[in-house]
Amino acid sequence: MINLETPRKFRAFVVQANQVADNFLRSNSRKYDLAEHSYPKELDLLASLIDGMSDSGEGQGAGAAGVRRSDDETDGKKAKVRNGTNMSSVLSVIEMCWGDVGLVLSMPRQGLGNSAIASVATDEQLEKYKGTWAAMAITEPSFGSDSAAIKTTAVKDGDHYVLNGEKIFVTSGDRADSVVVWATLDKSLGRAAIKSFVVSKDTPGIRVERLEHKLGIRASDTAVIVLDNCRVHESNLLGSPEIDVKQGFAGVMATFDNTRPLVAGMAVGCARASLEVIRDLLEKAGVEIDYDRPATAQSYAAATFIQMEADWEAALLLTLEAAWLADNLKPNSMEASMAKAKAGRVGNDITLKCVELAGTLGYSETEFLEKWSRDSKILDIFEGTQQIQQLIVARRLLNLSSAQLR
Amino acid sequence: MASRKDPMGIGLAVLNRIASSPAIDRLGLRKQAEKAVYHGTRAGFQAAGGAARTFKRVKGSGKPARQGSSGDSGVFDLTPTEDQQMIVGVVSEFAAEVLRPGAEAAEKTDDTPKEVLAQTSEFGLSLLNVPEALGGLSEERSATTGVLVAEALAYGDMGQAVACLAPSAVATAISLWGSDEQQQTYLPSFTGEDVPAAALVIAEPTPLFDPFTLTTTATKRGSGYVLNGLKSGAVRGTEAELFVVAASLDGTPALFVVEAAAEGVSVAADPSMGLRAAGLTRLKLDEAPAALLGDGTEDDYREAIRLSRLGWSALALGTAKAVLDYTKEYVVGREAFGEPIAHRQSVAFMVANIAIELEGMRLVTLKAASRAEQGQPHAREVALARKLAAEHGMKIGTDGVQLLGGHGFVKEHPVERWYRDLRAVGLMEGAVLV
Repeated sequence: MINLETPRKFRAFVVQANQVADNFLRSNSRKYDLAEHSYPKELDLLASLIDGMSDSGEGQGAGAAGVRRSDDETDGKKAKVRNGTNMSSVLSVIEMCWGDVGLVLSMPRQGLGNSAIASVATDEQLEKYKGTWAAMAITEPSFGSDSAAIKTTAVKDGDHYVLNGEKIFVTSGDRADSVVVWATLDKSLGRAAIKSFVVSKDTPGIRVERLEHKLGIRASDTAVIVLDNCRVHESNLLGSPEIDVKQGFAGVMATFDNTRPLVAGMAVGCARASLEVIRDLLEKAGVEIDYDRPATAQSYAAATFIQMEADWEAALLLTLEAAWLADNLKPNSMEASMAKAKAGRVGNDITLKCVELAGTLGYSETEFLEKWSRDSKILDIFEGTQQIQQLIVARRLLNLSSAQLR
Repeated sequence: MASRKDPMGIGLAVLNRIASSPAIDRLGLRKQAEKAVYHGTRAGFQAAGGAARTFKRVKGSGKPARQGSSGDSGVFDLTPTEDQQMIVGVVSEFAAEVLRPGAEAAEKTDDTPKEVLAQTSEFGLSLLNVPEALGGLSEERSATTGVLVAEALAYGDMGQAVACLAPSAVATAISLWGSDEQQQTYLPSFTGEDVPAAALVIAEPTPLFDPFTLTTTATKRGSGYVLNGLKSGAVRGTEAELFVVAASLDGTPALFVVEAAAEGVSVAADPSMGLRAAGLTRLKLDEAPAALLGDGTEDDYREAIRLSRLGWSALALGTAKAVLDYTKEYVVGREAFGEPIAHRQSVAFMVANIAIELEGMRLVTLKAASRAEQGQPHAREVALARKLAAEHGMKIGTDGVQLLGGHGFVKEHPVERWYRDLRAVGLMEGAVLV
């Protein structure tokens, strides 16, 4: 039966998440926006709270591990429609990013690397890396979206791999205690030879070179990491060590089907924060927003608000759809990209438009609007840019290969 | 149709209606003749309801029959019920085999063929929101089913879809808000064999039209009312036997029942940019006798406006999907510079964006419908669905033409018609109701 309301079993949890976001994240938001690179120590307490919830099974996928696909909740009732951990993870990230995107990205033990581990690790690896805070290192100075162009090498030496290369834009690269590094086993074999390795930060040969100064999400550290003859045991390789030319990139890319709805959720949460504030400011300024009167017969500000809210709602529901498909073990690669594309662009559009509507008040640091409009930009870039999402959607729709539609 | 449905559900009831239909020969419908009157040549207002029946007044027992709401399932789910899948399956087939092939001919005659309309009344389209007790199909409100049906019809042709749904809008309005007497008087015609042409008329031909600020007025006269004013967007007005009309009563908008055969009711063809097969007309009311629909509360009126807009959003979904499927095929087949134009990002990304925006507006429309059906507040969701349908629906229409280039601009391809039809969404009020 068609129903697009928040699942009943997650409603209380969403309210809790919002309170947490308000008290731990929003309240520290400006502080760490201004003090870039200083460690948000308030998050330690929150992170252990989330760990506790995950351990007791009450977390409802509050953290990065929520993206693991499993049959854990089916209880033999496979045919029944499920609202599972993908849905609750997305709902959680929306609320948390309503609080502060940068701080959510800095959450200990909830890194993108943790999502990668959760997505593709074996059960043994999952146990081995339990409790680690894993960052993700894909991008290099010479490429961004074209992740097949990886130059970082992994050379087999006995039962170890030796990693060499430079990684940039590593979120939490400084604070995390391990990094999931993408490297190629053999550059001549293309995508199929690209593997990911969990590298502990205390391994000799891995070092943080410097931290970036950024437009937004300043609470989150973005590191340059250098791998210089860094030796890791072969059991640190995630997924299969075989180079399967047929399967190609599918293994490592599978992570993205699971994390893209989360990034879409980040944009949805951030944009909702802006919408709430601008609505309040507009109403105090005497603008009335009437859902029944035609937008054309209302003020420009009211009509603009309704347009923004409409696009926001579409982004929200596309995000929930992608999560719902994953929970019900249906393919969601195209829907995940649709959600990321829509949420990424409207999240940015909405937050910028809200600054415009609020004038110098919105532009000033007295309100959060200007901050959210800076934070939202990255959400249309990382985890696959707007253009990459469109490429994925278009290839699927038109049934074209990456050689045909480049 | 008056008997209670057994647990097989309304899907089977619909299938049964089709199977027992004497006009099952769909291939015959495909080759329909262009015999309808060319309304566009008519000039000026003429008395309405030339061949209209007179509705025999039936005294009611007091309490009108109403459908219940379905309640909140508590589970996020995008899967239609089995009943809905069955109905949509049938309607989709009808849209593909009858509406789409007949779209060009229907457009030329500015009307939808009687056979097509007859077929949809045999499906029971006008019965979806009529309570079982009054010969309808369902105990519960089915706004979601209404959305899915309108979407499926519009995938074939929006103009004919609107014509097919127009009597249903009137039947739904009387079911939802009419008095017991009005239900008893009018609904039997809509649940019988010969469903009358009827139109829900809200719009007025003024810029920035706002259905909550009407120029058409209702004035108390004896036990009833008289209406004065000029309305627009009346579907198949020249054929209509019954109108439900929006008018201002002491400054508050309300719906009134107006029989076409009454004095002071005249219609004039109002050929428009698109929706030609819907036979749009203007309706002139000059001291026209009318009855207030039900209690005429402002809440009822607001609900009518919302459910109508929801219907238009649903229609936009179907036509936009038609654009998506058509352009997908075209850009892969059309070659330029030695390869399919789909191999160019500027082309492929347009198609991707059509799909993304369509999916977004579809989900918001479904959310609005499911909230309406569950009896939850839905003003916000309807407004958002309508905004998306207006903005992105039109963008999809214009991108559809753009993707075909000059070929999109000529009538050899249907995309220029979809472009014209999609402009209606976001400005139309009334006409359809889910």
